[in-house]
Amino acid sequence: MHSADRLARLFLLPLFLFVAAFFLLPMVRLVGVAGSGPNGLAEYLAILTNPRHLATLLATLALSAAVTAATLAIGTVVALFLARNRFVGRPLLVSLLTLPLAFPGVVVGFMVILLAGRQGLLSSLSMGLGMGRWVFAYSMAGLFAGYVYFSLPRVLVTLMAAVEKLDPALEEAARSLGASRAQVMRDVTLPGIAPALMASGAIAFATAMGAFGTAFTLATRIDVLAMTIYTEFTLNANFATAAALSIALGLITWMVLALTRNFAGSGVAAAG
Amino acid sequence: MNRGAAITVASCGKTFADGTRALSPLDLDVRAGETLVLLGPSGCGKTTLLRLIAGLEAPDAGGHIRFDGADVTALPIEKRNVGMVFQSYALFPNMSVIDNVAYGLRVRGMAQAARRAQAAGVLEMMRIGALAQRRIDQLSGGQRQRVALARALAVEPRVILLDEPLTALDAALREHLRGEIDALLKRLAITAIYVTHDQAEALALGDRIVVMRNGAIAQVGTPRDVYFRPADDFVADFVGVTNRLTGTLKNGRFETAAGVVPLPQDLVPPAAPSGPGAVRLLFRPEAARLASPADTPLVFEVVQVEFQGARQKVTLKDPAGARILVEAPADGLLVPGAAVGLILDPARISLA
Ligand SMILES: Nc1ncnc2c1ncn2[C@@H]1O[C@H](COP(=O)(O)OP(=O)(O)O)[C@@H](O)[C@H]1O
Ligand SMILES: [Mg+2]
Repeated sequence: MHSADRLARLFLLPLFLFVAAFFLLPMVRLVGVAGSGPNGLAEYLAILTNPRHLATLLATLALSAAVTAATLAIGTVVALFLARNRFVGRPLLVSLLTLPLAFPGVVVGFMVILLAGRQGLLSSLSMGLGMGRWVFAYSMAGLFAGYVYFSLPRVLVTLMAAVEKLDPALEEAARSLGASRAQVMRDVTLPGIAPALMASGAIAFATAMGAFGTAFTLATRIDVLAMTIYTEFTLNANFATAAALSIALGLITWMVLALTRNFAGSGVAAAG
Repeated sequence: MNRGAAITVASCGKTFADGTRALSPLDLDVRAGETLVLLGPSGCGKTTLLRLIAGLEAPDAGGHIRFDGADVTALPIEKRNVGMVFQSYALFPNMSVIDNVAYGLRVRGMAQAARRAQAAGVLEMMRIGALAQRRIDQLSGGQRQRVALARALAVEPRVILLDEPLTALDAALREHLRGEIDALLKRLAITAIYVTHDQAEALALGDRIVVMRNGAIAQVGTPRDVYFRPADDFVADFVGVTNRLTGTLKNGRFETAAGVVPLPQDLVPPAAPSGPGAVRLLFRPEAARLASPADTPLVFEVVQVEFQGARQKVTLKDPAGARILVEAPADGLLVPGAAVGLILDPARISLA
């Protein structure tokens, strides 16, 4: 028994080393760098006190929330449709939908440019229809489209698995009690996939908060936090600010997710 | 509660999208207020027939379902006012017990206080009032079963449909709940259709039993009809142990190797005898009485005796070597090799 305990502890060692090397040490270093600038520890609050940084933070939060909401809405509809309908070409459609899983953010950025850039598909289409030139690739809308496109496959994979796992008898039971389609959706289906909505929503939100590749390709004129950090770090060599902003980005994302989880947890318990 | 509906199933067949023929077109009348049991082996179409009646599946073209004479074939389940109890119970995990039971009232727009009061009444009737605030994952299997039944009954449906509601429980609990359900259904006088593959459950619960086989109805009758006068070999074997004697019909008597059996007037000979001139007589182990060979024209030889306390199981063979099993009180001492007479209860024999 004791030797088994000792053995178990021995196995914990690699885990500890891993956490130390890849998580704790860089984190500590980041904290150190952030506090070593000309402003000292006040640099941590720069994200809130510097009006430019604060505006960027709010814009990033708004964008991420919108991306999360849109991705979950589209994902839920598509997942429900795909789980409940069998048709020719369904497997092909499913694999096409999950194809962008492997695309780097930069490629997603290019695709948005191809769609909504100056020479893009929408541009020529709207010109052809005489409705002016539609170009939104380099705005928040372009970033929004790119992030939704980027997150959708991830959300979809999780939601489809959750919908498949739902017991169809639950919805049939609700209907037998007189519930309309909308009531079944509200009272049975959505609560049933709530954990998956939470999990995939959290991933979509965190990804949008920190995504860089797509922003780098598109965001020549818009400020999101990841871009600001990049600029401070490489162009201005302002390591302290970059590090402080990074920590703030991490903490705020973590806080929003924790709050949402808490809120949704009590919401589920109080439902019905 | 309101009176149950009478249900008519008229030439309803069901072919699934993948080509599976689950039901051949069949007719069935369910009387208002009766408990009708659908009995048959797994895959014979019981659930499919139940789902057609519920409105969860539509019958093939030409089929019609009527409730109290009104055609409901095109009505989806949410408009039919049927209560359903699923094998998996299908309780809503995100709601408490009382909210589960009140759900049907909630979607009907009843105010919270009123619907909780009514749901609490149903829970009380099922003697699970103390569980009202529990979460579903805090309930045992038997408690879940009761909650599922309470939820289905809370909306005072015209019909209650139960699909193997006890199959997921252990044997002792199953028997106990069977008694409860039986008493409840009788008291409410609601029309109930109960699916099972367990013959003991069917015999105990059914006012009438529909024995199904390969998507068709093999026999409809009271438990006694089905048990003692099975329509064919399939029904006889599915509903219990059956003895068979081969012989011929002569002057209202059945003649076999072991002797003769007088037949009651009302016993109909089979439409299609199993062989030229040959008829089979079917009876249950407990439909026969042992007697002295001098007292009856039907005599067998004792092969084996299994003493079981109050009763004994006796294996007999006739001069042609055919074996039968008889259950008798354990009073007389029987030894293998001895001759013994047999008297069959005329009300409990059938011909095939
Ligand atoms: N949705 C379905 N699609 C295709 N075949 C089905 C479907 N549901 C049931 N079946 C088939 O129909 C037959 C009858 O099934 P069912 O009514 O569930 O039988 P039981 O309830 O008596 O076990 C079975 O062969 C089953 O495989
Ligand atoms: Mg079944």
